[in-house]
Amino acid sequence: MKTKTIKVDYLARVEGEGALFVKIKDNAVSEVKFRIFEPPRFFEAFLRGRHYSEAPDITARICGICPIAYQMSSVHAMEDAFGVTLNGGLRALRRLLYCGEWIESHVLHVYLLHAPDFLGYEDAIQMAKDHPAAVQRGLQLKKIGNDLVTLLGGREIHPINVRVGGFYKAPERAELEKLAEKLKWARDAALATIEWSATLDYPDFEQDYEFVALRHPEEYPFNEGRLVSNKGLDIAVRDYENHFVEEHMQHSNALHSLLRARGAYFVGPLARYNLNFDRLTPLAQEAALSAGLGRECRNPFKSIIVRSVETLYACEEALRLIAAYEKPASPAVSLHARAGIGYGCTEAPRGILYHRYRLDDRGMIHDAKIVPPTSQNQKTIESDLRRFVAGHLDLSHEQLTWQCEQAIRNYDPCISCATHFLKLEVVRE
Amino acid sequence: MADAITKKQASVARSKPKLAVWKFSSCDGCQLSLLDCEEELLAVAGAVEIANFPEASRTVVKGPYDLSLVEGSITTPHDAERIHQVRRVSKHLVTIGACATAGGIQALRNFKDVREFIAVVYATPSYIETLNKSTPIADHVFVDFELRGCPINKLQLVEVISAILNHRKPNVPRYSVCLECKRRATVCVMVAQGVPCLGPVTQAGCGALCPAYDRGCYACFGPKETPNTESLSTRWAQMGVSQTGLVRAFRGFNAYAEAFRKESEAHEGRLAGA
Repeated sequence: MKTKTIKVDYLARVEGEGALFVKIKDNAVSEVKFRIFEPPRFFEAFLRGRHYSEAPDITARICGICPIAYQMSSVHAMEDAFGVTLNGGLRALRRLLYCGEWIESHVLHVYLLHAPDFLGYEDAIQMAKDHPAAVQRGLQLKKIGNDLVTLLGGREIHPINVRVGGFYKAPERAELEKLAEKLKWARDAALATIEWSATLDYPDFEQDYEFVALRHPEEYPFNEGRLVSNKGLDIAVRDYENHFVEEHMQHSNALHSLLRARGAYFVGPLARYNLNFDRLTPLAQEAALSAGLGRECRNPFKSIIVRSVETLYACEEALRLIAAYEKPASPAVSLHARAGIGYGCTEAPRGILYHRYRLDDRGMIHDAKIVPPTSQNQKTIESDLRRFVAGHLDLSHEQLTWQCEQAIRNYDPCISCATHFLKLEVVRE
Repeated sequence: MADAITKKQASVARSKPKLAVWKFSSCDGCQLSLLDCEEELLAVAGAVEIANFPEASRTVVKGPYDLSLVEGSITTPHDAERIHQVRRVSKHLVTIGACATAGGIQALRNFKDVREFIAVVYATPSYIETLNKSTPIADHVFVDFELRGCPINKLQLVEVISAILNHRKPNVPRYSVCLECKRRATVCVMVAQGVPCLGPVTQAGCGALCPAYDRGCYACFGPKETPNTESLSTRWAQMGVSQTGLVRAFRGFNAYAEAFRKESEAHEGRLAGA
């Protein structure tokens, strides 16, 4: 009997602290654990007793990479509790802000975290020595995403301008127009990114996933929509907890989320793409098809191309929103706190992010529930690893370890969010 | 000949100062600041050897390291051990961000019983290993310099890296946000609009961002040098902020920084006494 273990004690180029353990016994995968050992930070507990207005600033601190996502889900949940809907310029500004986060987060992942796997480098800085133009393009493109977040939010990490009901201050049209010039360059750079990512080598690995994403009647989803899947799910956000459940596993500090009816599911760019292809702009659709993606894509290694397509979409959507922008009369709508429960779900760069708050009539939070995308993808990450390792037992230990890490990085797991980081351990018996 | 050049390059590479980035309990935002230096990133990477930075690279070069940047607070028994190992392999150790310098937002547990917190979030509390308190790095090991902020200011980070590696004192001011407001010519939101603002007791560094966006400062850079928190609380109370409101205001991202902790406890005490 021969046992072999693949073990990665601290997974690199992901956000947070995680590890991977795979055990192979008699040439079969006997155990897979994607372990998140980021220490628990107890956000849901200490949100109790805070005022609703503090939620966007506090929940932003769950994650430095996607703070906008936390701010957006929290403000939408609070507004749901108070029976308020934002329209016009304020709604457009929230979409615009999300465009900025998608650009900076997707480009960070594409160029700095993921591409080095495909090209055989330990990091983007080493990759820059041989591919300087690509890395420079990535950095410049990422900067434009950050510039957009900084203009609307005040700074790129933990922005300060988002509030329940709108913003503290709305930008001037002229300020946005200045950025539009840069965004036109970004649109071309995003197109070049799609073409570039399409030339990378992809392992042949397609699975029959249940994809879950928001779906909106007209738009590619950011802040609103129904929760749908390719296997029949079609529910309002407020019904989330009737269909999804979280399990506490001993090997992970992040809760594992499951569909009550069918188990593991998959959220994020690949899910959005498969469920909302028809909502992409014509240019993004065309670029995706030219890159060989097809109308549907079930290969998680190709998520890097999908992120590039979504980056192009975000640049185009930002340009459209800026062209149509009229500064709202007031940066926020007036609100009246009332007792109740509010639900919010938005599309973080890594997938759906669900928030639920119970508030009293003074607007104090009685309890909070937050389900980040990475905890929703954990089961699917583990099942991918199981199948991927089974199909690649002939690889050397080093190669297999690296490919397993990459299989996890396909998901751009944010372990700080899910709570955090990855170690890889493969035992061969 | 080619061999000689390669060897020479290798020795130059070896002579570059080694930089390591370590993560404890945090959101990753402060180390992300380094990757957000899009225009400076390749220059920084050219000036130092990035020897250990898991968020950016699989490479791990053995220590000792000339400069360790530490993000995050200590919240588990394992991390309380690990920080000593980090200190041992680091010539200079700089903490970055509110978690590493003040315990961070997760230090809100320090005012409560952590067991209650575990029960709220986790179905099986016995699986969770955590300390009762979230503490800053300086409570555990000697720290050469503390860079404040939630998140840190990336330009200040570049300044600190450059200063430490050039053996000079980092030029990071300890005065209040108010000075930055004046320099930016922002009209005082507290005086002109009656908006409660923590700027007078908060260390500068963000560029007085919140008042420029028509809201009060919420102290993400922590207490300034010698802050008069009591006087500011009196002013806030005159503006109609309740005792519970004051407790919450000082219990933010730097709740366990001494000046803020004492001020929040004073108001909590008054609540209990009332």
